Amino acid sequence: MRYAEAGYYLEIDLATGNIERVATDPKLMQLHLGGLGTSIKEHWDRVPPEVKAFDPENHLIFSTGLLNATPAFSANRSVVTFVSPQSGTLAYPMMGGFFAAELKYAGYDKVIFKNKSPNWVYLYINNDKVEIRDASHLQGRGAVETQELIRKELNLPKAQVAAIGLAGENRVFTASIEQSRSSASRLGGGAVMGDKKIKAIAVRGTKDIYLARPDEFMEQMKGVTDYIKYRWANPIKDVMTILSGIGSPQEMLHTDEKWHTENFAWGNARTRRRDFWTEEIDESWSKSQHAAVKRLISCFNCPTHCGALISHKDTPRYMAKCFGKLTYAMAAYVDDLDFSWKILQRATEYGVDSFSTPQILAFAVELYEAGILTDKDFAGCPSDKEGRFFWLLDRVVRREGIGDVLADGVYFAARKIGNGAEAFDHNTIKKHEQLPVKLGTLDPLYFLMYSTNEKISITQMEGQWPQSAFPTMEQREEFVRDWPQIPHEGFKQYVLDWELRGEKSIPYYPTPDMCSEIVDWMEMMHNIDDAVGMCCGMSSFCLKPPYHIHNYPKLISAATGMDLDEDGLKEIANRNRNLHRAYNNRKGIRRADEKPPQDHWKKRFPELEEELLSTYYKYKGWNEDGIPTREKLEELGLGYVANDLEMRGILKNGEN
Amino acid sequence: MAKIKKKIRTITVNADKCNGCRTCEVMCSAFHAVPPYSSNNPGRSRIQIITDRLGDIWLPVFAGEYTEAECMGRNKYIIDGKEYRECDSCRASCPARDLFKEPDSGLPLKCDMCDGEDEPICVKWCLVDALSYEEREEEVEEEKPNMTQMEIGLEQFAKKHGLQTVIDTVTRMAKKG
Ligand code: SF4
Ligand code: SF4
Ligand code: SF4
Repeated sequence: MRYAEAGYYLEIDLATGNIERVATDPKLMQLHLGGLGTSIKEHWDRVPPEVKAFDPENHLIFSTGLLNATPAFSANRSVVTFVSPQSGTLAYPMMGGFFAAELKYAGYDKVIFKNKSPNWVYLYINNDKVEIRDASHLQGRGAVETQELIRKELNLPKAQVAAIGLAGENRVFTASIEQSRSSASRLGGGAVMGDKKIKAIAVRGTKDIYLARPDEFMEQMKGVTDYIKYRWANPIKDVMTILSGIGSPQEMLHTDEKWHTENFAWGNARTRRRDFWTEEIDESWSKSQHAAVKRLISCFNCPTHCGALISHKDTPRYMAKCFGKLTYAMAAYVDDLDFSWKILQRATEYGVDSFSTPQILAFAVELYEAGILTDKDFAGCPSDKEGRFFWLLDRVVRREGIGDVLADGVYFAARKIGNGAEAFDHNTIKKHEQLPVKLGTLDPLYFLMYSTNEKISITQMEGQWPQSAFPTMEQREEFVRDWPQIPHEGFKQYVLDWELRGEKSIPYYPTPDMCSEIVDWMEMMHNIDDAVGMCCGMSSFCLKPPYHIHNYPKLISAATGMDLDEDGLKEIANRNRNLHRAYNNRKGIRRADEKPPQDHWKKRFPELEEELLSTYYKYKGWNEDGIPTREKLEELGLGYVANDLEMRGILKNGEN
Repeated sequence: MAKIKKKIRTITVNADKCNGCRTCEVMCSAFHAVPPYSSNNPGRSRIQIITDRLGDIWLPVFAGEYTEAECMGRNKYIIDGKEYRECDSCRASCPARDLFKEPDSGLPLKCDMCDGEDEPICVKWCLVDALSYEEREEEVEEEKPNMTQMEIGLEQFAKKHGLQTVIDTVTRMAKKG
């Protein structure tokens, strides 16, 4: 019997319509855990580096995580992997909600799509019954609308449906995959799904998921539950509200947005509005949010509720999460939160990423104001800020006129438009839009996280380390007092010594060595979360979370029956990380690509930045160009990867 | 007839607090697995969250009695501006839907209030308090087992699943003690 896993992949060949249920080798789990880990392995084995996003050979894999559908609270992530049309690397956006659990209850750990379908289809999975169905009647429908239509059509109210909207159909590079209250949105998964002509995947499952050592598992869960209750009762002191609790950013709960609106840049990541949050705004935003949020909604098996059902005046209902509430309003310089609820509804139905898309629209507005885009490009566009954004969004999603150029994202659009437009592309890393922040002094930790992670987007790489030094020693002592999550006690001293000003402050403190250790820890936790399907809001994205490096091995061991200790788990995380890195090295990623935008921080320190990169690479066991060495790869049982990199001349023979 | 003390056990559902997480489904099914927690499958849970997400309906419903025939007419109720179908709040395992049936055998499920536990499992794990538990004692007339009723009940099962299945089930139950 297989524990925690379902033990089967569904292989779908869209060109021939062939569907296969394939039993997986339990060794895969021992080597890579599951989720992102085993998905990377599948891509490595199946998709050679020459393959581009829209080639039929590109694979699109929907994966559950190892702990999904077990009683482990908040383990509900679906990981979607594919070669991204935007970055050209192996992307892995994730979504919460209910899809992964349902897929596992249907008896599958992954759904693997290869090739392209000639016509629009959706995949229907009901336990052992799997069908590719005609979706021509769903073409052009919204992503939320499609989910409802399919549930009705199948007469399965409990089916979970992941769908794309018009943006995915038109292969917009920021197209997302929407599902219930969640979406997998970064790096164009919706575009790849659309390219393969998959409108949706519907799944219903009523099979058992087994635990190897249930008593031990439940004992661990008791600890996790007690800790969740403890954290609810004891928010972390001296940090901003959004960081004091657990769960993803509680945008649907909190109405006080002083910090975000005044510290993040508006427009095309351009200006900060330091005096934005007046009493008047506070009142109108609270009122608007309280009127719009009908109910807070959780993802599967999670006691926190970070999403919401939105019902705003005569706008059709939809579900929202996280940050979209702010991104459109801030990008458009609109002060009225009502605008957010309206445009977010349209954006959700279209199925677009609410981080990148607003930036693209703001970029277009800037180019127009700078005279680079002209009245001809904007013919028919209303002149008010709100109307302009709606108009631009429609054009992008439909790839009409200037929208067709913008639909490839800021990086590619800037190069296509030319005429100085490149200078307005100042917020992308590896061709991908980043958080709209422009800050003061280089932060060494964030420098490393922005530059080096395969996620290519900061939003889910940070987490367990405080965002800045605490002003007083009392506060630092209070923070480290109760901190069982750290991998070793030394981390406490780094916090105690870390100061706001002076010798031991950023950019020179934490030192490059310490930064390497801290970033490696956060990255490792994200990697584990992504393999087991845990919401990072209950783990790696969160200060002092319920899941950490000390209870994870016990939980995973009890669930699966393997005997895994901390070192064993670290090794697996490292193996997955290095395999992913090597994959992206094969796709061309080198040290030169690992650079935050020039104006990301006002004060830059080129020498220190180089030192940070070199120190970190060395810590990871990578060469000066950011490529894993043979020694490192062999240590992780990835000798076959070293051979491949050598054969391609990416690793030089004998180099270490 | 003699008076006896009977324990009355009540679970109160506050549907407005429910966030739709389905933890109660996971835990109910895990608790009832043999051995307990060795597996879980919300399809086997004796509590089901009825949802119409856009309609703002997340309603926890406990499995009640088996019913042989589906009802002919069904009402709709509008409560607080939300439209509930009668089936949404119905506890019966009935031919019209696959709810409250063992997914493999199709046999009806019924909430047993987690008899023997201090607190029902679903209540315990619903950390947002959408479910709450209350226990009190009441004096009631002693009830004799009603053989006719039991016979009717068994007859219904036999009709639906075959007499042999019923016999097998009773034998299995007797073995478990
Ligand atoms: S913490 Fe929030 S985002 Fe994470 S699983 Fe729970 S409800 Fe979903
Ligand atoms: S555990 Fe509570 S909040 Fe979650 S679905 Fe069940 S009743 Fe609702
Ligand atoms: S009381 Fe017990 S048997 Fe009834 S639904 Fe809750 S967990 Fe299941």
